[in-house]
Amino acid sequence: MSHSVTYAVGREKVREYAYAVGESDPRCLDPEAARAAGFADVVAPPMFAAVYCSGAIGPAILDPEVGIDFARMVHGAQAFTWHEPVVAGDEIATEAAHEDTSERGGLKFFVFTTRSVNQRGELVCEGRWTNIVR
Amino acid sequence: MDEHRALKVTPDRYLTYRYAGASGDFNPIHLDDEFARSVGLPGRILHGLWTMAQVARAQTEAAGDPLALESLEVQFRGVGLPEAEITITSEPGEDGTRTCHAEQNGKKIVKGGRAKLRS
Repeated sequence: MSHSVTYAVGREKVREYAYAVGESDPRCLDPEAARAAGFADVVAPPMFAAVYCSGAIGPAILDPEVGIDFARMVHGAQAFTWHEPVVAGDEIATEAAHEDTSERGGLKFFVFTTRSVNQRGELVCEGRWTNIVR
Repeated sequence: MDEHRALKVTPDRYLTYRYAGASGDFNPIHLDDEFARSVGLPGRILHGLWTMAQVARAQTEAAGDPLALESLEVQFRGVGLPEAEITITSEPGEDGTRTCHAEQNGKKIVKGGRAKLRS
C-alpha cells in the first residue's frame, strides 16, 4: 500500500528549518541572495526532505498492515538522493511505500521508500528509510 | 577541499524544541525528559534526522554550496543528547564518495555515512 501527500514549501518554513539545523547559507535564508543565484526564492537545505516527506512516510510506517511494534522501533538508517532543487513556492508530492521486511540477528528491519516530485513532475528526491524493531 | 576534516556542533538545551517545530516531529522522546526515561532512554534525545542534517551540512559547507550533495546515507547508533559536543568527521572513500561519522561523548551516533557530491 502506498501513501501520497503534497507539501507546499513556504519561505518562512525553509528559513525556520535552516536556522534549526544551523544552515547559514544566504541562498537558504535571503530571497534576494537566492534570486541573485538564479533561484525563484529561498532554497531548501537538502535534509529539508525530512519535512516534505513526513506526511507520506508517517502513515506508511503506521500502516497496520506493515505491523510495526512502535514501542520497540528505532530509526536505523536513512538514505537520500537529491535531484532538482526545492525552493519556496514549490509543491512537492511524495509517495511512500513499504518495500521490504527482513529479520537478522533477532532484529526486524522494515524498509520504506519515498519518491518526491515537484509541481512540474520533476524528480526532486528519493529516500530509503530503515526502521529497526528490537 | 581538505582531505580529512571535522565539523563540531553543540546542540543547545532547547534545540530539540526548535527542530520539532521546524520539522513537525513532536515525538515526546525528543521533548520530555520524564517520558524519555520512562521508555529506557537517558533523557530527551536528539532527532536522528537533525544529526543527519549536521552530517549533510559538514559536506555542503566544505563545498560552499547547499546544493552540492547528490546523495547521503547514514546508519544511526545509540542516542544523541543535547548540550554535548558532536564531532562530524569526513574523509575520502571509494568511487569519489566521502565516508563520514558523528561522535558524541566518545561514542559513534552516526556511522557508515557515505556522501556523494555533485561533480
